[in-house]
Amino acid sequence: MSLLVPESGLFIWMLLAFGVVLFVLTKFGWPVITGMLDERARYIDEGISKAKEAGEKLERVQQETARLIQEAQSRQSQMLEDAARIRQDIISKAREEATVAAQKVLEDARRQIETEKEDALRDIRRQVGELSVEIAEKVLRHSLSTDEAQMEYVNRLLDEVEKKN
Amino acid sequence: MKEAGQLDVTAMIFDHVGDSYYWHLTDIGETSVSAPLPVLVYSKLTGWHAFSSSRFHHGHEAYEGLAIAPEGSAHAGKIIEVATGERPLFDFSVTKNVAGLLIASVLLCLMVIGAARWYKRRDVTAPAPKGFIGTVEMMVNFIYTDVIKENIPENTARYTPYLLTAFFFIFFTNLLGLIPGSANLTGNIAVTVSLALFTFVITNIFGTKAYWQEVFWNKALPAWLRPLMAVIEFISLFTKPFSLTIRLFANILAGHCALLGVLSVVFLTAVSMPGAGNYSMSVVSVLLAIFLDMLEVLVAFIQAFVFTMLSSIYISLSQAHHHE
Repeated sequence: MSLLVPESGLFIWMLLAFGVVLFVLTKFGWPVITGMLDERARYIDEGISKAKEAGEKLERVQQETARLIQEAQSRQSQMLEDAARIRQDIISKAREEATVAAQKVLEDARRQIETEKEDALRDIRRQVGELSVEIAEKVLRHSLSTDEAQMEYVNRLLDEVEKKN
Repeated sequence: MKEAGQLDVTAMIFDHVGDSYYWHLTDIGETSVSAPLPVLVYSKLTGWHAFSSSRFHHGHEAYEGLAIAPEGSAHAGKIIEVATGERPLFDFSVTKNVAGLLIASVLLCLMVIGAARWYKRRDVTAPAPKGFIGTVEMMVNFIYTDVIKENIPENTARYTPYLLTAFFFIFFTNLLGLIPGSANLTGNIAVTVSLALFTFVITNIFGTKAYWQEVFWNKALPAWLRPLMAVIEFISLFTKPFSLTIRLFANILAGHCALLGVLSVVFLTAVSMPGAGNYSMSVVSVLLAIFLDMLEVLVAFIQAFVFTMLSSIYISLSQAHHHE
């Protein structure tokens, strides 16, 4: 059967044509396409791993942000607390100081009053002494106008002294 | 036995699947419409001849001592030397198949290089191509990733161009062969035998030491079995490409014959049962032919895939390493 016998002419043409096609496509065709396929596969793999990395990084950043916010909040409340305490401190200290100062003023006033009272008393006492001496002088001058009265008075005084001893 | 007006189915089928010095397109009435093709012959007696096949006047006349052998003779349909009745030494004529081969080769090169140009002008960040180039890429990707890289993880770059070329060449010529009036390339044994020869050579010239050792002195076997296995393995070196040759050739040829046979029912019933019988049978035969044609498209792909797959497996066997 002629169908089963390879025709030498066609066989040689086929070797030639296929050889040329193979050469041309090896040189200008397939490496470009398969190179691109390989590169694209690599690019996609890289893209996937990069996306994964980015996701992880984003998550880390989010965690970091949350932590920072929490930290800031706790610091804020700490600061508010501190401020309140300091205010309280300042107020109570001021009150204390005011009390102390008032006390001192009162004390001073009292002391001055005391001193002045004593001064006044002393003054009064002196004046009372002087007045009584004056009075006594006048009385004596009046009652001892005679010699007998004078004698009698001296005697009485002597008696009094005697009684005292 | 042949009735007048009846189609000679066998002759018609052989005419379609066989080779010819004319590109026969159609018959209008009694005139055959066909394109003449160049004849290129070297004869031991008369030397080189180059002329158009129209000189033979459809086999009715001899030219420069050469003629087309008549039906029924030993070399029916082939050029013979008038003097001896034998084939000339070399017949490089551009027959219908050779012309089809050249056209297919040029188209294939243009297609692939056209696709490659698309990639050359873009970088990896470009979106994947659509349309025709996308289709080429899909098939290249399928063969490259799932067949070649899968079977030949090492030295992939060395074998990729051949396997891709083989796949696309077979697939493309299979599809071209389905076009009515075109050449039946992959259903011709000379074509498939040269494809298998390429696989055979490429497989064996890069065969590793371990591969040849497995062929001729397989240490995994008991010593007494080794010579026997060496003979078997040696024969299998040749049966592999032989099976590639026959599988592709027979599948495509059988497909074409079946399709033509089913279609000729239209013409056979026209004579044997004219009228309603013919019409109903024609409908059946055309539907069946459409089905077979679709099947052939599938076979076109499957046979190209199988050839490439088996070639890559043979290559991967030749890349064996010792596993110590």
